[in-house]
Amino acid sequence: MDLLWQTAVNATYAASYMALIAVGLVMIFGVMGVINFAHGELYMVGAYCVVFLYAQENFPFLLAVAAGLVFVGIVGIVMERTMFRPLRDNPLGGLIASIGFLLILQTLAVLGFGRRMGHVPPATQDKAEIFGAVLTYQRLFVILAAILLLAALWAFLRRSKFGRALRACAQDAEAASLQGISMNQTARIAMFIGAALAGVAGALTAPLVSPTPYIGHSIIVTAFIIIIVGGVGSLEGAVIAAVLYAFVHTFVTTFFDGVIANIVGLALMFAVLVVRPTGLFGARERA
Amino acid sequence: MPETAGAMPAAGTGGAIRQLAWRLRLVFLFAALAALPYLLSYSQQEIAVLLVINVLLVSSYRLLTLTGEWSLGHVVIMGVGAYASALLAKQLGVPVPLSMLLGGGAAAAVAAILSFPLFRMKGFYFLIGSFAAGEIIRLIWKRFTDPFGGPKGLKRIDPFPDIETGFLSIDFYEPVNYYFLALVVVSASLFILYRIERSRIGLTFHAIHWQDRLAESVGVDTFRYRTLAFVIASFFAGIAGALYAHYVGAVNPTRFSVDQMVYVLVWAVVGGTATFHGPILGVVVLTVVNEIVLRALGLDTVRPLIYGAILILSVLYLPNGLESLGTRLRARLQHWRGGPDATGSEPA
Repeated sequence: MDLLWQTAVNATYAASYMALIAVGLVMIFGVMGVINFAHGELYMVGAYCVVFLYAQENFPFLLAVAAGLVFVGIVGIVMERTMFRPLRDNPLGGLIASIGFLLILQTLAVLGFGRRMGHVPPATQDKAEIFGAVLTYQRLFVILAAILLLAALWAFLRRSKFGRALRACAQDAEAASLQGISMNQTARIAMFIGAALAGVAGALTAPLVSPTPYIGHSIIVTAFIIIIVGGVGSLEGAVIAAVLYAFVHTFVTTFFDGVIANIVGLALMFAVLVVRPTGLFGARERA
Repeated sequence: MPETAGAMPAAGTGGAIRQLAWRLRLVFLFAALAALPYLLSYSQQEIAVLLVINVLLVSSYRLLTLTGEWSLGHVVIMGVGAYASALLAKQLGVPVPLSMLLGGGAAAAVAAILSFPLFRMKGFYFLIGSFAAGEIIRLIWKRFTDPFGGPKGLKRIDPFPDIETGFLSIDFYEPVNYYFLALVVVSASLFILYRIERSRIGLTFHAIHWQDRLAESVGVDTFRYRTLAFVIASFFAGIAGALYAHYVGAVNPTRFSVDQMVYVLVWAVVGGTATFHGPILGVVVLTVVNEIVLRALGLDTVRPLIYGAILILSVLYLPNGLESLGTRLRARLQHWRGGPDATGSEPA
């Protein structure tokens, strides 16, 4: 029973950062219709922001995380301007270009920090105990940040003018632009938010995962599983699927092993693709 | 479908001459390919062997893309051929040439099974579905040490048997000799692939790509043809994998990871998938750039960066691939001269 409860707490932590990554990927897909294969590398860049600013240059942890969020968001804007905008009518082209971008980011990380694992000391050693399960503050911090950021995003999308424009573009880009919504502006904002969410996830988890330049690979696989299970265009679906997947994956890892957990995750995605390609929660065609 | 290289002989005497010219070109090509290994160093000969194998891999991939579906599992399918052939030779003592064929057969069989779930999907979903299927297969190799050898894979795979007759003895451990073996196998395979594309079946593949609803409405069973393309492409990918396994002598799950798939994608896209020779051009040009230019410059670490940049630039500025470069230049030239159909041949 103790182990079950502890595993559930661990799964909650996994769900929170996975949700940040998957929601970012869905944002980008929703507005631009392009699958960003470099999303895992955006996570990696966020993690290396913390490696550099916090572990090497000794800035405060929170400042490093904030810098990671902004920096990766800007990387996202660069991607939008240089690749996704010119390739807007060519989704396959956008996907392939993002694979090229992934290779570039990976190589830059290798050049800057080497192939080896970057070590990041935890920002705090304290831990909380919740009904017998141990939860380090570092992990608790990720959970709280994810809840806060996703709530802020939700409010932004529902309440603000930009948010409404964004949702309009996701639903029907042509109709939205007829209403005077700038597609370029909206795509830029969506790309900034989507990338920044991946970056902040990387920055927050950097002390917990020991980043390498190649960490993006497992991240993107996870993100794909989540967005497929949740329905490719659905933000709420992505959050629910992240929780679902995190629990399945963490429990299988704990009680069997990691490779089996990966196989189960992929099989879950495969089953959803076969049975219900729009995902468990995606009712609409796209976004 | 845009016109492809002047391969189809037209009727009449002009056609006969053109056919002769085409045959002469082939003869020259093979003469050059036969002379090539003697101009290379030992390590370059090894690269040449892998290049020949990769030509088959990327050409078989193109057959799959003919129906409009892009798979991310093709390298894993190649791995199925490699693993199957290696295991048959190692565990059951099947003679290697036969095990290679069976390796291709195993890859085709896996593709046939996978086609039932996979071809319920299209476009992006197919891409992700093929990726998931491939990763599952790869993780099974990684997880189950018996018989797949786990993360370390299979080692000491039986080599291709030496030929020993009275006056002729060929040792396939030598890269030069394996190069010729691969060249023969790959040329034969490419010939078959080419004939398939030019046959009625190939035309149907094109029809499915450009007008799948229309094709269906005139009675084409698109599912069956998509499956057929997938199975044939997988067979030849499996052959490529078997050629690889018995040359290198070792296979492991990492060798068939999605990173390797990215390279196949890059070759196909940079070369251009509209014509038969486009992907071949892509793999040859990029391998030469990679192995000769980048290696000479000592830029080993930045190689993926340059690959990435080439990929992005070619998607942005050369969407029809390297093979469209010739047509484009010709059109530009004609435009300068003020030729009559200056705009006609400009690629979209």
